[in-house]
Amino acid sequence: MREITYAQAISEAIDEEMRRDEKVIMFGEDIGIKGGNFGQTQGLYEKYGEWRIKDTPISENSFVGLALGAALTGLRPIVEIMYSDFLVVAGDQIFNQLAKIRYMSGGQTKVPLTLCTTIGMGRSTAAQHSQSLHALVSHVPGLKVVMPSNATEAKGLLKTAIRDDNPVIFFEHRMEFNQKHNVPEGEILIPFGKANIVKEGKDITVVGIAREVSNSLKASERLVKEGIDIEIIDLRTIVPMDRKTIINSVKKTGKLLIVDEGHERCGVAAEIGMDIIKNVFFDLDLPIERICTKNVPIPFSPILEEEIMPTEDKIYHRVKRMMRRDNIG
Amino acid sequence: MLKILRDSDFLAKLFKDMLKIRLFENKVVELYSNGIMPGLAHLYIGEEAVAVGVCNALSEQDYVTSTHRGHGHVIARGADLNKMMAEILGRRTGYCKGKGGSMHIIDMTKGLLGANGIVAAGIPIATGAGYSAKYRKTKQVSVVFFGDAASNHGNFHESINMAAAWKLPVIYVCENNLYGISVDIRKVTNTENIADRACAYNIPGQIVDGNDVVAVFEIAQKAVERARQGLGPTLIECKTYRWKGHHLADPGTIYRAEKERKEWIQKCPIKNFKERMIKNNTFSEKEIIIFENEIKELIDNATEFALNSSYPEKSEAYEDIYFSAKEEEVYL
Ligand SMILES: Cc1ncc(C[n+]2csc(CCOP(=O)(O)OP(=O)(O)O)c2C)c(N)n1
Ligand SMILES: [Mg+2]
Repeated sequence: MREITYAQAISEAIDEEMRRDEKVIMFGEDIGIKGGNFGQTQGLYEKYGEWRIKDTPISENSFVGLALGAALTGLRPIVEIMYSDFLVVAGDQIFNQLAKIRYMSGGQTKVPLTLCTTIGMGRSTAAQHSQSLHALVSHVPGLKVVMPSNATEAKGLLKTAIRDDNPVIFFEHRMEFNQKHNVPEGEILIPFGKANIVKEGKDITVVGIAREVSNSLKASERLVKEGIDIEIIDLRTIVPMDRKTIINSVKKTGKLLIVDEGHERCGVAAEIGMDIIKNVFFDLDLPIERICTKNVPIPFSPILEEEIMPTEDKIYHRVKRMMRRDNIG
Repeated sequence: MLKILRDSDFLAKLFKDMLKIRLFENKVVELYSNGIMPGLAHLYIGEEAVAVGVCNALSEQDYVTSTHRGHGHVIARGADLNKMMAEILGRRTGYCKGKGGSMHIIDMTKGLLGANGIVAAGIPIATGAGYSAKYRKTKQVSVVFFGDAASNHGNFHESINMAAAWKLPVIYVCENNLYGISVDIRKVTNTENIADRACAYNIPGQIVDGNDVVAVFEIAQKAVERARQGLGPTLIECKTYRWKGHHLADPGTIYRAEKERKEWIQKCPIKNFKERMIKNNTFSEKEIIIFENEIKELIDNATEFALNSSYPEKSEAYEDIYFSAKEEEVYL
């Protein structure tokens, strides 16, 4: 099977959807000649021209509104916000307009719009270019929220997002863009609301979001050697959320650890925990646990960054503690 | 003079559209005062010539976005008064099934992409509709109404900048009624005219008497023409005044001089147009009375329709969030 990067997978998804449907257009900063800040739109400007791959001025709120206007009038726009930190610059259009126009209009409108943005620490970009603000948009009814975990997932979920008739916020992880993955040739469409059990196991259920899926897999390789068999679930989409897959898994393992790079306070892990506990309370051997980013702004220095973020190592140790094996090895 | 301005049917339409707005708003005041209307509404009384002049320069396929003070735009766009009144009273027969209310009326069948509770939010949305029209090569134009206060919002500058750079078919119509709630525009803005800002974006900026429906129509017509020819956007500033407070619960007196208000009431767009039509022998007083009765009946019927309509079922609160209804329960 061929290997391509996560960035290539994203541009392939956009390319395929643009070829399939001329209503698909894209707005964003540096998506044209530059091919995207992280290479996500490489080659598309040359292929589709400046009216379909539109470099915008630095006017986040207005170009998201622009995309909404296009979506309401028959197009299927993709709009890119370079860093999720800048979502708040476009806050009104995302929270008050995109998310609500269908409801406020009593169902008269549909908004086939995909908003792509990026999350994640690991490159020392400090407090304004490293946040993972997916919890923020998940809080607001009316949006769908997608968290791909690797290149194949990114391609399949993005194609589904583009075809969806609702506003979808699609979070790409900055540490993944150059990661290669076996991405199958041809059509991949991954449905929303269906979590993926990436590794079956019997000891602990670990729900990972985005990059935390691969961190959990890496931790698992070490844990397996020590006889600990974790089950890893890739959540894939926060809205809609596949509770059933998590519930069934926790009923089997009796233990749940949630790993998410969003800040801990009022985060998605809290939401999953609260939502799941009422269904599995009597099956639990232990309190539900989470590993998230600590409740501090993201620091610059690598040693500080590492301190506050979820890592493979932290997952490894937490699982061992939950298995009461933290005194060994 | 444009030929259409000699067509008495067209002139009658301008008059009736303005009167429809005025009488509709008067009815809203009555329903609010009697405790029948939930929430609030921002009245358009005094500004009717702006919406009517502009919307009559558009074709059916064109797009419009509106504001919190949206009744006038919606009516001028030819919306169904029954559905409007029902919406304002929170009934399920309303435009938005009672989920939007006064500030959120949308009529997709009329290219009306929404009134909006957020000041200036409709500006980029209309700009996007213009982008879409240009991309689809449909020759549609897109109009956005917004207030003087909205012209200090980033959306105004960001959107006009894009429309100018890309020559989008968008017409920016500023309704300068001198105030944003209580704040006098002159206290927060150093440009004398909002239209002057057009030069920063290298597009035409025009000032018009917003109480003269014919003048507004003529200037809008030119901007529409220009947009359809692919020459890009125009900014039109309509000088006007709101007679009432900011919304139904605001008397609108403490921040404005009574003298100023009275002077503007003298410049009533409807009374002036009526007098001119009678003086020019376009219509007789008798004909005007017939028009007036016709509109009164429409408003009465709309009110009756709304009052006889039921409220939504509680279960409807959970509908219309996402496209594709059966998925909905997954998201709750
Ligand atoms: C972004 C935003 N800020 C503030 C408000 C509160 N608000 C509602 S209307 C208004 C004044 C708007 O004035 P203007 O744009 O001149 O329109 P007018 O009411 O005069 O028609 C304000 C401040 C709001 N709705 N949205
Ligand atoms: Mg004003």
